[in-house]
Amino acid sequence: MKQQAIDQILGKYDYEHSSIIGMLQDLQEKENYLPEKDLEYISERLSMPLTRIYRIATFYNAFSLAPRGRYLINVCLGTACHVRGAARVLDKLKMDLGIDVGEMTRDRLFSLETVNCLGSCALGPIVVVGGEYHGQMTPARVASAIKKYRKKRSRKRDGKD
Amino acid sequence: MITFTIDGYEVEGEEGQNVLEIALDKGFDIPHLCYHEALEPYGACRLCLVEVTRGNRTRLTTSCNYPVLEGISVQTSTEKVIRARRMVIELLLARCPDVPVVKDLAREYSVGRPRFKLDNDDCILCGLCERVCREVVGADAISFLGRGTDRKVGPPLEINPKACIACGACIYVCPTDCIKLEETEEERTIVRWGRTLPMKRCTVCGRSFAPWFQLEYFRTIAEGIPRDFWDKCPDCR
Amino acid sequence: MERIRSPRELEEIRQEILRGRDPDKPCITICSGTGCHAYGCERVTEAFRAELKKQGLEKRIDLRTTGCHGFCERGPVVLINPQKIFYQRVTPEDTAEIISETLLKKNVIERLLYIHPGTGERIVREDDVPFYKGQMRIIFGNNGKIDPRKIEDYIAIGGYSALSKVLTELSPEEIIDTIKRSGLRGRGGGGFPAGVKWESCRNAPGGKHYVICNADEGDPGAYMDRSLLEGNPHSVLEGMMIGAYAIGSDEGYIYVRHEYPLAVRNVGVAIDQVRECGLLGEDILGTGFNFDIKVNRGGGAFVCGESTALMASLEGQAGEPRAKHIHTVESGLWDKPTNLNNVETWANVPLIINKGVEWYTGIGTETSKGTKIFSLVGRVNNTGLVEVPMGMTLREIVYDIGGGVPGDGKLKAVQTGGPSGGCIPESLMDIPVDFDRLTEVGSMMGSGGMIVMDDTTCMVDIARYFLNFLKDESCGKCTTCRDGTRRMYEIVDAISQGEGREGDIELLEELSWVVAEASLCALGQTAPNPVMSTIRYFRDEYEAHIKDKRCPARVCKALITYVIDEEKCTACGRCKKVCPVEAISGEKKVPHRIDPEKCIRCGACITECKFDALEVV
Repeated sequence: MKQQAIDQILGKYDYEHSSIIGMLQDLQEKENYLPEKDLEYISERLSMPLTRIYRIATFYNAFSLAPRGRYLINVCLGTACHVRGAARVLDKLKMDLGIDVGEMTRDRLFSLETVNCLGSCALGPIVVVGGEYHGQMTPARVASAIKKYRKKRSRKRDGKD
Repeated sequence: MITFTIDGYEVEGEEGQNVLEIALDKGFDIPHLCYHEALEPYGACRLCLVEVTRGNRTRLTTSCNYPVLEGISVQTSTEKVIRARRMVIELLLARCPDVPVVKDLAREYSVGRPRFKLDNDDCILCGLCERVCREVVGADAISFLGRGTDRKVGPPLEINPKACIACGACIYVCPTDCIKLEETEEERTIVRWGRTLPMKRCTVCGRSFAPWFQLEYFRTIAEGIPRDFWDKCPDCR
Repeated sequence: MERIRSPRELEEIRQEILRGRDPDKPCITICSGTGCHAYGCERVTEAFRAELKKQGLEKRIDLRTTGCHGFCERGPVVLINPQKIFYQRVTPEDTAEIISETLLKKNVIERLLYIHPGTGERIVREDDVPFYKGQMRIIFGNNGKIDPRKIEDYIAIGGYSALSKVLTELSPEEIIDTIKRSGLRGRGGGGFPAGVKWESCRNAPGGKHYVICNADEGDPGAYMDRSLLEGNPHSVLEGMMIGAYAIGSDEGYIYVRHEYPLAVRNVGVAIDQVRECGLLGEDILGTGFNFDIKVNRGGGAFVCGESTALMASLEGQAGEPRAKHIHTVESGLWDKPTNLNNVETWANVPLIINKGVEWYTGIGTETSKGTKIFSLVGRVNNTGLVEVPMGMTLREIVYDIGGGVPGDGKLKAVQTGGPSGGCIPESLMDIPVDFDRLTEVGSMMGSGGMIVMDDTTCMVDIARYFLNFLKDESCGKCTTCRDGTRRMYEIVDAISQGEGREGDIELLEELSWVVAEASLCALGQTAPNPVMSTIRYFRDEYEAHIKDKRCPARVCKALITYVIDEEKCTACGRCKKVCPVEAISGEKKVPHRIDPEKCIRCGACITECKFDALEVV
């Protein structure tokens, strides 16, 4: 991100050290992850030790230090979804995408993550893809769900959307 | 002066002190691995547990960060304390089966082979290294990373901490001796953090004595000391 | 809205708003909580809007989007007022008919009504739906009456009158006394008497005092706080304002979990509106009371629901708890006296002030007053958020309101208290739900998550699930929690894989004792609860896994086999197609067969088979 843009984020929080978590969230919202260069710049600009920034970036699950895929797949592993079979859905996703939790597919299309309850328990098991909620997911429906996003992506590439 | 008892003996302490430092001073043998008198107490290892009775409540608590309070009664070796301590040692031994200081504790408390799968770690996550680096040296080059089972200590991005001055303070305080230093005439390496710095030669005798970067660091923070003080080795100053 | 300069002006504005509203005017109320969003309620709203415009009815019929109504199983939920006609599972295609039939012609559309499972009767009014009938929705019921982004709606139902009363008629000590006498206990899990906490905080020296609303709601399966914040943020703000006045605070924080974007947005809108009309800021209602609130988002860490970890997070640090021999009411945020309460606790405050102690203490049990909102989820028919008086039995909640277990499943246990709680077996379903009774049986109230489990749930798997959660969420600071929960997980995981050994249960019990006694914070101290309560009530399941290498509920993958029943198989080939490891073989017209060596027990075939030919043994 351009330094000017980062300064805007820092300025929004009045350069307050205690707002570092909010600053990093804003940065990640724009960049989809936390780039090393940007974190170094923030450390300098705020006069905050880089260790503290990395301490926070690695402690909280919300942050990713590595680039993430175009579509973030979030599988809910809350208790209600678990008793409805969420673990099997996750296994199927891992298999179909060929990646583990926290990883990105080679074509950079998907990143797989888990979350401990989205609060939509009536629709469990839930999988969120790129912000879209897919309820009552089953292992059998995983393949077609993923296909839909691959299609979407190639439509975009071909200029159809 | 605050008066309280440890194992029935009356002892005194001052406001701001903690139970462990008084106990150790008086010769009570409370095991501890993450406590160092020069650093803020942390309460991570859980070895220094004691039972403290305050008013009509007794609780199991760490002694390194429990303040000395008037009239409390501290018990260092009750059945509860020993039982907890032994399990803590067993957990540490399962994590670090080859670390001498942990093996010694196991022997002392008759903890046998752990009933858990053995890891092969050399770090007990006491945090003394990161605390000395931040609180005493001021370089703040390493810190805890991650959490839960993935928790570890290291530089941001896990290699080559740019703020590290290779002073070796972390090596000095580490209880498990897992941070190693390698040095030649040309450079010094803190192996665990992957930090290598070129050495400076003394302008008088020509021997290399400290990393450039470290001397620069001291030069900027130490006021009132002539600049060329840092160009000479301690013997030639 | 213009600045409101005095309590009298607030009343005048309230009357003005009410005068401008006709309670008999038809209104389409659409539930727009996160749950219904997932069902696509936005498209339903758009469809209604478009249709109303098309027919030129915008002035004659109101449209209101509200927060969660609670009956999440049947979303999208639409309520037609003033008759309170309850329509469920509404699609955009239904909207035109709803307008022409129900709103214009006053006819009820049968297919959108709730059907009573016992009698087959179609129920028209919301209050008659069994799910709602058994509840006492004194807090949550307001969700259905207001658009959370319109402060006028909140004022119309009496909002901020408690604040008015408190600022003009009561002293801080009197407010604290009222809360103490009401018996309000923390709704976040601790159950600590709120009034006593407020008093200790007020009396703690230190000049600056803080109040915090804990909206971290980390328990998986619990989403009450989210729905309250999304649907009625003003009730929480009003509670905080009253608390701040009583405690002597001028600065408040709402710490919302990172995973709740709609709650963050709605509470932000509410705060903007309240600031605009001067109910937050300086000289509130002209009484000289100053108070403002900031919203902070969490970073995705369950441990930040613990109060000292939350405060560390607010200070911009990693969420590591600290020892609590010094209480946070004396030294909390920035080492100042801090009062932290849960969302639902704060929401109870205006109600207590408005309706009085006598009314409030008439609800609930001897030691637990008022109501509690639970998220009733899992293997239950009517999944959703329910608000019941303390003292209602688990059986009533699960059966009368929840509609029981789906299909021919048999109720096995109810888990309460999240990862800090325990499982309550079917045999104890008649216990009244209150703080102390739940703790007595080895669980706890917790934040309100209530997970229903039936005979398809393996209790060893549940213990494993919670331990897996806890070991990853542990901050990792203290040896006992960090290594202890990991080792407990390893043992229970081995048991679920058929590698359990004699003595494992005893080892778990020993580890549990140390982790509970020697850990730094409540996460570690309560971490053994799920495994201990499942051993207490379902020891036989553990022993089956350990001794017989058998999973009675047929869940643990390593101990089950999928088999095709040759008599039922029609050789349609669907299972073969979906099998990801090509473990199913079979030609046309020949019953198919699963190769047990290849099968990974993913369950895809079971969900595909239309002939119920898949068996798990």
